[in-house]
Amino acid sequence: MARLPVDELRIIEGFGPHLSRMSGLRLSTSAEPERLVKTHCCFCGQQCGIQLKVRDNQVIGFEPWEEFPFNRGMLCPKGVKRYLQAAHPDRLTTALRRDPAAPHGFSPLGYEDAVAAVAGRIEQIQRTHGNQAVAVLGGASLTTEKTYLLGKFARVCLKTPYIDYNGRLCMVSAGAANKKAFGIDRTTNPWSDMVGTDVIWVAGSNVAECSPITTNYLWQAREQGARIIVQDPRITPAARTCDLYLPVKPGRDAALFAGVLQGMIEHDWLDRAFIEGFTSGFDQVAEYCRQWTPQRTAQVTGVPERSIRLAAEWWGTAKTSFLFHARGIEHHSNGVQNALGTINLVLASGRIGKPKSGYGTIVGQGNGQGGREHGQKADQLPGWRDISNPEHRKYIAGVWGIDEKDLPGPGVDAYELFRKVDAGEIKALLSICFNPKVSLPDSTFITRCLEKLEFYAAIDFFLNDTARHADVVLPGSLQEEDEGTVTQVECRVIKINKAVECPGDARQDWRIVQDIAGALGRPHGFTFNGPREIFDELRIASKGGVADYSGVTYEKIERQMGVFWPCYSEDPETGQPIDHPGTPRLFERGSYNPVARGNGPFYFPDGKARFNVAEYRPPVDDADEEYPIYLTTGRVVSQFLSGTQTRRIGPLVDQYPEPRVELHPRLADTLGIEDGAWTTVETRRGAITVRAMVVTTIRPDTVFIPYHWPGQKSPNRLTVAAQDPISKIPQYKVCGCRVRRADGPPEYAALLESQQ
Amino acid sequence: MAKPDHLHFFIDPSRCIGCQACVHACTECDTHRGHSMIHLEYIERVESVQTVPVVCMHCEQPTCAEVCPADAIKRSGDGVVQSASTPRCIACGNCVVACPFGVPELYDDRQIMMKCDMCYDRTSVGKKPMCATVCPSQALFFGTREQIEQLRPMSAPVNEFRFGNQTISTRVLTMVPRGVASRQPLVDVTAAMDDRPARRAVMLRVLPEAPVPSDAYDPYENVPL
Repeated sequence: MARLPVDELRIIEGFGPHLSRMSGLRLSTSAEPERLVKTHCCFCGQQCGIQLKVRDNQVIGFEPWEEFPFNRGMLCPKGVKRYLQAAHPDRLTTALRRDPAAPHGFSPLGYEDAVAAVAGRIEQIQRTHGNQAVAVLGGASLTTEKTYLLGKFARVCLKTPYIDYNGRLCMVSAGAANKKAFGIDRTTNPWSDMVGTDVIWVAGSNVAECSPITTNYLWQAREQGARIIVQDPRITPAARTCDLYLPVKPGRDAALFAGVLQGMIEHDWLDRAFIEGFTSGFDQVAEYCRQWTPQRTAQVTGVPERSIRLAAEWWGTAKTSFLFHARGIEHHSNGVQNALGTINLVLASGRIGKPKSGYGTIVGQGNGQGGREHGQKADQLPGWRDISNPEHRKYIAGVWGIDEKDLPGPGVDAYELFRKVDAGEIKALLSICFNPKVSLPDSTFITRCLEKLEFYAAIDFFLNDTARHADVVLPGSLQEEDEGTVTQVECRVIKINKAVECPGDARQDWRIVQDIAGALGRPHGFTFNGPREIFDELRIASKGGVADYSGVTYEKIERQMGVFWPCYSEDPETGQPIDHPGTPRLFERGSYNPVARGNGPFYFPDGKARFNVAEYRPPVDDADEEYPIYLTTGRVVSQFLSGTQTRRIGPLVDQYPEPRVELHPRLADTLGIEDGAWTTVETRRGAITVRAMVVTTIRPDTVFIPYHWPGQKSPNRLTVAAQDPISKIPQYKVCGCRVRRADGPPEYAALLESQQ
Repeated sequence: MAKPDHLHFFIDPSRCIGCQACVHACTECDTHRGHSMIHLEYIERVESVQTVPVVCMHCEQPTCAEVCPADAIKRSGDGVVQSASTPRCIACGNCVVACPFGVPELYDDRQIMMKCDMCYDRTSVGKKPMCATVCPSQALFFGTREQIEQLRPMSAPVNEFRFGNQTISTRVLTMVPRGVASRQPLVDVTAAMDDRPARRAVMLRVLPEAPVPSDAYDPYENVPL
């Protein structure tokens, strides 16, 4: 049973999070680097170019990489201080085994013994309970090569359908909506297309804190005359000076989009020729929108009528535009509908597939895009192929050298996977790059599931909050210790370059996965000598799929500073070999794609985009009399995801040490809460106590807590595990809560450092 | 070597998103030994997310140097006002009190005033200052007047600041709305000090005539509790 081996405070004492700061070579004014390694930041989906200074197998600092076209040297605080994660006191340099007799709950274990132990337990559990009793969880911070290998490992080596990844918490609503509307799941234009547009609509994206580099594109567009519309329950830094702020009530986005589209229809602010020639399904959408009069829309969304009318006018009459959205509208049990609502606005305007006119979703995780395209998602095979499609299965089985019948079918989403643990169907788990104890909603349930596992092995470079439950921990690699590709927010495939060697017994993750396959006696297909070889197989596996990487090479990435997929090795029209540069902009008129085969620019056989009725449904566990306030969650600029890395970097922790609950002075006055007071937020799942931050920059009926912290500081103890029926994304962005002044400081205040 | 004459430092606080990338980047400059020479301030967090990066403005007649009893603060030939010289500084704090822009800070641990020197070690070898290179919103920008002209058609650089009867000219330029700058090419700081943020959504109103943004009402006025 994967219970914590000893009291959690003792594990924290031994394994952190502790803080790293500049010291030694990093502080020296005379230590010249031996070399500068051009690579990318290890954090968010912007994947900014950066040069790491390396000396004595240590990253000692950074130098901006001003030639890389996306960020031209710009970095957020996480990028500036990212290098402090390396040579960290908490870094795992040996394998560990669970050991209740050890002072901190774990003892070192030889690497070979650890691999043998993992293989032995997996083999034994599969023999007793069947192949499906073992599950794999991956992550979207891994390189695409690793995600490809992990998907292949689950299906070919472990022969289990149960693999999913933490992109389930990130991009899946957008992905599902893109698939339904366009037949391809990708941002349509490079970010540079934003500059020079008439209108930019930012729907549920705190760009300043979650994708800071995008801010400069936004401000550049504004300087060139663009009007900025921001839709958010908080006045974020981008909302502060926007031209039109839509203060939407959490969970009401689909209603807002329907209301705006209705305004466009009423005034005939539509591109009729585009709708007629390049889309289908508009009439049903128009029929649905009819009920969304400005009055009703205002009533449901909390956005004033005049603002709804103004949004319809600006969006409807623009000549060029860009719309992008992020988790704010996607993290909902209605997330796919919300994303479809934005796409309907774009399609009705006809402004897509052109320079200066596009649509995109801002990926949150480093490889949010590439990580979902090549096989670690429960329902997909490499190249964005469908695991239920017989032809797709046959092709991939051929690449992998197995019988199609032996290829497992679709698995389940990451949350459902834990429900199967709870139900006793899944007995063993191998996880990498995922910290579900902090990142999944209703996390008390997740802890209970972890405790039920018969065997749990984690691959990680730090002992993260979830890995504390592991029976065996294998020491994996930091991003700077390996090479490989990732696909960033614009769908530009870029190259991560190795700067330093793994310390001690730590290994590159792909080696660990292959070693487990070898120890299981199933090495077939897991004998790659490096990421380049994995990538070469991935190119073949993706060939002919929608996410076709066959023409991408490491050399081309370096030469072009990135390659936008699809990038073909053979011309999809003629079948002739081609030196294809990639596809920066999708859906251009007259463009050819292998699905439409010349019938149109979109990725359906008829080449047309689909309007989809994007229905508003109220959130699950909405605010009510008992829990009258909306709780919403999100990020702060100095932290990333569950904080496994950023809660270990001193200067980032100093910037925003602990979660605070943001609330409006009107609400605070009603509740008798002043700025800085300990405040308890409670939902049907649980309660946490954090300090209050009283600000006028949030709706008075809503409170916000950032989610990067674990345990008693984690708002995911409060969030609801309701999921979108199509994408299975959890509804992090709204649930009913109640708020009260706490009687005193919480227990953790005296026991834990701020980052713990 | 000196900072090239054609390159200038521009600040546009209206772009600032408060991320502190500049402050962190400053600690990474080779000669700063892990300390930041700049800081970031919220105007009034309760009312607004507006922040301002505080870098040295590099005055033509630096008040900090004028009030220094130890003559520790020098202005180099290319107009960069240096940190206090270590052997001279007596850590009296006169400069901290006197600087109209609130730039210098006293480092108690080392008993010395240190402040932004426009990344002298970088700019003198043709690199951009670390803060302006990384700034993700480009609220801090380092480049030529031609570049800023082309990139920022809505705003114009100003480098005169009025404090009561004193007018200060600086090497560093602040971006203000273009229409305003053409009528009055200076920032009246004293006049702007009484400006409170106009409700929730505010721009930093550096000039009395600066336009109030279209949504400067309380967008939550009608939200029921």
